[in-house]
Amino acid sequence: MGFFSRKRSATSAKERLQLVLVHDRTDLTPAQLESLKNDLIKAISNYIDIDPDAVRIELEREGREQRLVADIPLRAVTRQ
Amino acid sequence: MTAQVITVTSGKGGVGKTTAVANLATAIAMDGKKVVCIDGDIGLRNLDVILGLENRIVYDIVDVIEGRCKLKQAMIRDKHYPDLYLIPAAQTRDKNAVSPSDMIRLCNDLRGEVDFVVIDSPAGIERGFRNAIAAADRVLVVTNPEVSAVRDADRVVGILEAEEKGSPSLILNRLNPILVRNNDMLSAEDVLDLLGIHLIGVVPEDENVIIGSNRGAPVVTDVKSRAGQAFRNIAKRIQGQDVPFMELEQQGGLWGAIQRLTGRK
Repeated sequence: MGFFSRKRSATSAKERLQLVLVHDRTDLTPAQLESLKNDLIKAISNYIDIDPDAVRIELEREGREQRLVADIPLRAVTRQ
Repeated sequence: MTAQVITVTSGKGGVGKTTAVANLATAIAMDGKKVVCIDGDIGLRNLDVILGLENRIVYDIVDVIEGRCKLKQAMIRDKHYPDLYLIPAAQTRDKNAVSPSDMIRLCNDLRGEVDFVVIDSPAGIERGFRNAIAAADRVLVVTNPEVSAVRDADRVVGILEAEEKGSPSLILNRLNPILVRNNDMLSAEDVLDLLGIHLIGVVPEDENVIIGSNRGAPVVTDVKSRAGQAFRNIAKRIQGQDVPFMELEQQGGLWGAIQRLTGRK
């Protein structure tokens, strides 16, 4: 790989740590997060029509604060 | 005198806790303050050899706690700095010989005697670590710019927050400015962004640290050493002085400017 195309290792280190720390701090594994997402989709679908494939659930951090961020696009409803 | 009790910890082993304690305690003593450092690593003592005091040990911390000697008998005076003392760990006992309340009692006895107590925590997050942080007024977390060390440091910071010990300060040890410049090592900014705590100093990788520990003379006594300068600066910050960060810590210079312009930082 050429000098300019190679992703330098510090960038990988930081990206990998960002993920690991979020899961360490919340004690939530990626698998548990996936299962939380599926439960959420099920619960919301009882009330409103959503596109399950478009749902995004992420743990975000700001300093030492963590938050669970969900982006749930609604399916367009054509009212008659 | 009412001593400030400072605990140095890290989570991961081998990142430079003992080196940091030896250097910070020596540098504070060089500034004319009375300092006692305590080796909290029962069973695996090392602070004595780093300070070059291994031949002077008669009593240790467990002897004090179990009442076999007076506190002052276990305080070994440094060879060069009369205001610097070491209370060594016991080598033939285990960490359960000391409890957190023993440490609090010991530190309270020292508070009236000295200006600073610096405690060297063992690696890990178990009993020895709990002992080491029990009496702390302030905690310094040492890490290296490596994924495993940063991850473990983050665990320790989380535990300290849960224990309501306040937010610790970070010592980033063994940073290699050339690797950072080539983007092959996490920078101080990266580590701070990941850990989200206050930075008290960055210590560059420096072969003089090993030379110093070979001799039992901490690197702060070497006026030309970059690592020595970094530790002397941290010691001054601990004493409440506002000391500017060294140039290597800012990623400054022409290269830094180019990186900022091209958006690589």
